Amino acid sequence: MRSRSRDPGVLLVPAFALLAVLFVLPLAWFFVGVFAEADGIADLADWFAIVLTSRAVVTAMITTNWISLLVTAITLLVGYPIAYYLATHTGWRFALVLFCIIVPYFTSVIVRTYSWMVLLGRNGIINQALQSAGLIDAPLALLYNKAGVLVGMTYVLMPYMILTLYAAMRGIDPSLTRAAYGLGAGRIYTFWRIYFPLSLHGVVSGSLIVFILAIGFFITPALMGGPGDVMIAMLIERAVEITLDWMSAAIMALVLLAVTLVLYAFYYRFTDVRRMMGA
Amino acid sequence: MDRPRELGLASYIAVACLVLIAPIAIVCVLAFSGEGYLRFPPESFSLRWFSAFFGDGRWRQSLWSSFVIALIACAISTVLGFLAAYALVRGEFRAKKVLLSFMLMPLIVPHVITAIAMYFLTARFGLVGNVVWIGFCHAVVTLPIVLLILLSSMQSVDINLERAALSLGGSRLYVFRRIVIPLAFPGILSGALFAFLASFDELIISLFLAGVRAQTLPVRIWNSLHLELEPVIAAVSAFLIAVTGAVLVLDGLIRHLRSSAAAGARG
Repeated sequence: MRSRSRDPGVLLVPAFALLAVLFVLPLAWFFVGVFAEADGIADLADWFAIVLTSRAVVTAMITTNWISLLVTAITLLVGYPIAYYLATHTGWRFALVLFCIIVPYFTSVIVRTYSWMVLLGRNGIINQALQSAGLIDAPLALLYNKAGVLVGMTYVLMPYMILTLYAAMRGIDPSLTRAAYGLGAGRIYTFWRIYFPLSLHGVVSGSLIVFILAIGFFITPALMGGPGDVMIAMLIERAVEITLDWMSAAIMALVLLAVTLVLYAFYYRFTDVRRMMGA
Repeated sequence: MDRPRELGLASYIAVACLVLIAPIAIVCVLAFSGEGYLRFPPESFSLRWFSAFFGDGRWRQSLWSSFVIALIACAISTVLGFLAAYALVRGEFRAKKVLLSFMLMPLIVPHVITAIAMYFLTARFGLVGNVVWIGFCHAVVTLPIVLLILLSSMQSVDINLERAALSLGGSRLYVFRRIVIPLAFPGILSGALFAFLASFDELIISLFLAGVRAQTLPVRIWNSLHLELEPVIAAVSAFLIAVTGAVLVLDGLIRHLRSSAAAGARG
């Protein structure tokens, strides 16, 4: 058979070299470099305690988890019927719905965020429409608050949920539900006892990927949130850009990275990673 | 079978699709507005915001930076991603899944963390604002995208064609050049297109590494969104949406050609 040297495995080397030099090394250097500034382990532990119990960080962590949970729940509830529709239809209906998911999916996050800012702003299109229809007197506060963040993040993350759910549903054999109907089961019973359990691994993977992406989210909450909606990624960015507090930034980044990687490990167990991002 | 329920689902889907596509459609319409502020529908149409965009030297400079960075990231990640995808599809080694999940990590690790770590390194070497360097950094996040696309497209390339060519005396390199690359070419093109798009649209890494010299289009949009919602941003956004549209159309064309070629080959 093939000799060891001919194994195509060596072709992985260039990609690994790129990731080692520009991904792993910078991360390692960043954490080691910043933590080396502390006077020994005890001092570093003090730093961790101070930063992680500070009011701003605790609040940001609660906000981050709460917003991410809400966004995951909303994308799941809203996205599930859309994915179901995709999995059970063909032809132009399928193509049209897929088009409406794919176009936003591949549009720049900053553009998608901007488009919602235009819609939700104080003088935005929704307020203009409501005012000219005489439904409201003063413009509603739709932007720069938690509602704005939720709308923006749900919009940006929705395609990940739908495409993950769809990938799971595509694998469900339609003859199973037909068999259930044939045996006299009702639609609701068939859905809850046959279809939903079979789509459950898609629900788990979709929720995990949306939550993972949500807790590290930066652009949308930074632009659409108010002063009370500071997420952890924004706090990290501010520590670097504004207060130049590298120690706090590194500590928060390490916690966020650790949580992300633990969740990614779960995701890895539940999912074929080759199907990540709806590929 | 169950008309009202089916109708209920269909109308829900119609509303959902409208909400998904409307924000993008509205920005595209506003880009052609003839007015000084954002009103929908606009009362007059013009190309003034596009001429404000293309007529401004700083916007043109950003467009150029975005383009060069995306080209570099696309070239690097397509070549490395293709080699790695081939190794993962054809290689006979264990831990493939672990290796793959490591290579996909740049998609999972929050970009803010990646960007700050890269900035830490970049600042030390005085490379802030260096377009080539930013291109290399973008390749880290575009590589996993190429990899995912190529893994799914190369699964369908028949290994027996390679075996046959090898057994007929073709060298490894010859087989790679004349059999593997041509067969995988549609997938490689798709991967390259989406790598280009991902880099062209990337904001956070550029935000940290660009400095004042190499601000890309997304960075400039970001900076101006903190000030006010100028209509010129709608024109720039419409341009970025058009780039997305072009990539999706080209990708559709490649898929179409590939499937009709496959159908032709089967006779």
